[in-house]
Amino acid sequence: MIKSQPLSSHPSLARVRRFIQHGDRFYQLLLIVAALSVLVLVLAIGNELWRNSALSRHAFGWKFLITSTWDPALNNIFGALPFILGTLVTSIIALIVAIPLGVGTAIFLAELAPDWLRTPLGFLVELLAAVPSVVFGLWGLFAFIPVFVRPTSDLLNKTLGFISLFQGPVFGPSRLAAGLLLAVMVFPTITAVSRDVLRAIPNNQREAALALGATRWEAILQVILPYGASGLLGAIILGLGRALGETIAVTMVIGNNLDLSASLLHPGYTMASVIANEFTEATFDLYLNALIEIGLILFITTLLINLLARLLIWRVSRRVKGEVRL
Amino acid sequence: MNNHSVRLRAKRKTVNILMLSLTAVATLLVIAPLLWILGYVIRQGLPAITPQFFTKLPTPVGVAGGGILNSLLGSLMTVGLGLAIAAPIGVLTGLYAATHPDAPLGVFVRFGTDVIAGVPSIVMGIFAYTLIVLPQRHFSAFSGGVVLAFIMLPIIIRTTDEMIRLVPASLREASLSLGAAEWKTTFSVILPAALNGVITGAMLAIARAAGEAAPMLFTAFGNPFLNINFNQPVATLPHTIFVYAISPYNDWHAKAWATALVLITLVLLLNVLARLIIWWRTRLLGSIRG
Amino acid sequence: MSTQTSAQKDTGKAALMMTMQLMSPIKNDANDNALLKIEVKGLNVYYGKFRALNGINLDVRENQITAIIGPSGCGKSTLLRSLNRMNDLIPICRAEGEIILDKDNLLAPGMDVVDIRRRVGMVFQRPNPFPKSIYDNVAYGPRLYGIRRKADLDGIVEKSIRQAALWDEVKDKLQQSGLSLSGGQQQRLCIARALAVEPEVILMDEPASALDPISTLKIEELMQELKQDYTIVIVTHNMQQAARVSDYTAMMMIDEQRAGRMIEYDQTNIIFTRPKDKRTEDYVTGRFG
Repeated sequence: MIKSQPLSSHPSLARVRRFIQHGDRFYQLLLIVAALSVLVLVLAIGNELWRNSALSRHAFGWKFLITSTWDPALNNIFGALPFILGTLVTSIIALIVAIPLGVGTAIFLAELAPDWLRTPLGFLVELLAAVPSVVFGLWGLFAFIPVFVRPTSDLLNKTLGFISLFQGPVFGPSRLAAGLLLAVMVFPTITAVSRDVLRAIPNNQREAALALGATRWEAILQVILPYGASGLLGAIILGLGRALGETIAVTMVIGNNLDLSASLLHPGYTMASVIANEFTEATFDLYLNALIEIGLILFITTLLINLLARLLIWRVSRRVKGEVRL
Repeated sequence: MNNHSVRLRAKRKTVNILMLSLTAVATLLVIAPLLWILGYVIRQGLPAITPQFFTKLPTPVGVAGGGILNSLLGSLMTVGLGLAIAAPIGVLTGLYAATHPDAPLGVFVRFGTDVIAGVPSIVMGIFAYTLIVLPQRHFSAFSGGVVLAFIMLPIIIRTTDEMIRLVPASLREASLSLGAAEWKTTFSVILPAALNGVITGAMLAIARAAGEAAPMLFTAFGNPFLNINFNQPVATLPHTIFVYAISPYNDWHAKAWATALVLITLVLLLNVLARLIIWWRTRLLGSIRG
Repeated sequence: MSTQTSAQKDTGKAALMMTMQLMSPIKNDANDNALLKIEVKGLNVYYGKFRALNGINLDVRENQITAIIGPSGCGKSTLLRSLNRMNDLIPICRAEGEIILDKDNLLAPGMDVVDIRRRVGMVFQRPNPFPKSIYDNVAYGPRLYGIRRKADLDGIVEKSIRQAALWDEVKDKLQQSGLSLSGGQQQRLCIARALAVEPEVILMDEPASALDPISTLKIEELMQELKQDYTIVIVTHNMQQAARVSDYTAMMMIDEQRAGRMIEYDQTNIIFTRPKDKRTEDYVTGRFG
């Protein structure tokens, strides 16, 4: 005979229910622990960099940032200025080339390309981002420099050599080579983010401009680009962040030389490449600490830059949503 | 229409056509390097690709033949270890971020993921060096695997987060309304629905990690011999390319190209496959949600 | 061809009935002597293989307000957007036939689209001011056409904003963002912006559907003033509005192939009291959704 007892009060069901509840608590706990790992990691990185650069920070203080002597061999004086300058110079060259080309490509992909072209082209641009840095360096060293950079450098030297920026002699590896290679590596970042920013701009803005008799270019230049300006700026800054931290490709084409001249056609050194080049040669603690301190500077700089970029991009997406006020 | 406005109209039209063409030129210039690199790597690297290339160890300078078996194995070890560490933590964290988008910890996780993603890989290498190599006093495949785990983590978190958010809320609600617990819902309903997406996150992470040379410089360090001991240094594909490329020997340069061909094939295949799956998934789930 | 509708059998009674059903006055002062500003002849519009508009004919008279009405999806907006070639923005869209503005066929190959859009301006359903100042919004058009001197621009901006019945509300805050205005004000700003390029025709695509009733009324009053200097074509799904505001009304409907057709167009008071086509009568008296 079937006992008519309600299912919910069956004894073994209660046991199962207790287990499930515990299972859920355990599960939630697991998730939180995992999420905290992110927090822990960020703090740990900062902490390790800070601790392990102590010797150098105490020895040189803030002057580390403006001293241009890097002398591990004789005098144990370390200053990061050559590398900071080198990083700045190569990044600026990269941005000067990558911004017009990257934003121009984004405009083409977002506004002008027909549908059948848009997806494959966008895909190719993203594929460029997947190429490993070392392969860029390899190509840079054996193909890009001889075929493009060297002849361009020679030309610049011949025509504009009276400016200190373009003084020779011209070797292979140079700051210009590193800057141009960085530009190629940064194209995908600037293009992809800019394209997303442009595509998010509401269509009614384009229509309003065109209905007033603007040409397509006028609508893009005078209405669409200003509308997405902070997002585009964010894309550029993200590209800058990428350029600052780029190591292997730069190391392979910049020459790794403490040259302090102003010429772009001379070899140079960046923060990332000096670490890559000299880390395993650092035979004593102060040397190692100095290199780690450079790593700390890189960490903080890229951190701030990425934050700034994200903030700017977030502002554009907010404005697009909040704009339709009726 | 007077003369002035006719001229102005013509000028505006010319500027329009000129600038629009320039954007097309820009696009060509941006895509050209990719095609150049691919073509060059294939042309330079293909001649040296033989079956022996994959099964032999490197020979001393000047001796012909030899291969990259040690690098292949080393890459497998370090990337494998990295995935083993990063995948569970990354998936769980991504789950948390997707299911608690408004909780303070959830917001911080998104933000922290961006921070980690923005750390240059050489700085990650320093971090792993001070954390593991210094105390242990030797380089190892283990430290290499750990640094790759750090690099892979944000990629896995982000992809998991996005893919799970694509799963329609109705699926989760249906499961919960049948009395299933939260964790059971996740593992039997949501994860399977998002599984492809999670796998593509892993693929993208592997592709990225396999190509990282900078952090290997002072963690895995490289090793010309065969080594399967995690406690010892190990060669990896990108590191080997680097070492060969900056050497003064022509035959090492040739080997660098061949290794680069292997690496770039692997990386691009993973990327293409992963993006195809994501694209297909997004369209499929997007149409379900309607 | 006309079938005898009940309205024609008993004109006065039916007119009274319809007026009461519409619950609002019907405009009755159309000027049949007005010149033809736009003649649409045999317009077919295709999206790819799908024909969206089938053989549209329409006469738009100068300095009159012509309303295009019909159930949703019948192609009213497509027709409107053909008049200033805005459909060109959709790659698979193509148009055949003739749209004659004064003496020019707008669909002829080689027509300067940019010039067409200056002569035929447009106001959209949802206000879409640029995120620039009120002044720069209105000055945008004139600047495109080479007017650079501040004195000239100031004059045009003031004139256009006055014409849009917005001057008193914004004259002290021209440098503020256009987005800081209310919805109704934004729409009048968009009208001022369109007026600043001195068009001949103004197209309005449901200009008040996104606005509150008071703003709607203001826009309707504005239209009456504007028609003295401009020709106005408006699309509306609100029949009472069409009856209140327009001199001529064009009735559109969808056929079995889902293409839009022009059923009839005539003076507004005729369309709403004694239409010639039964379908028009059904729609206007609400028997048709």
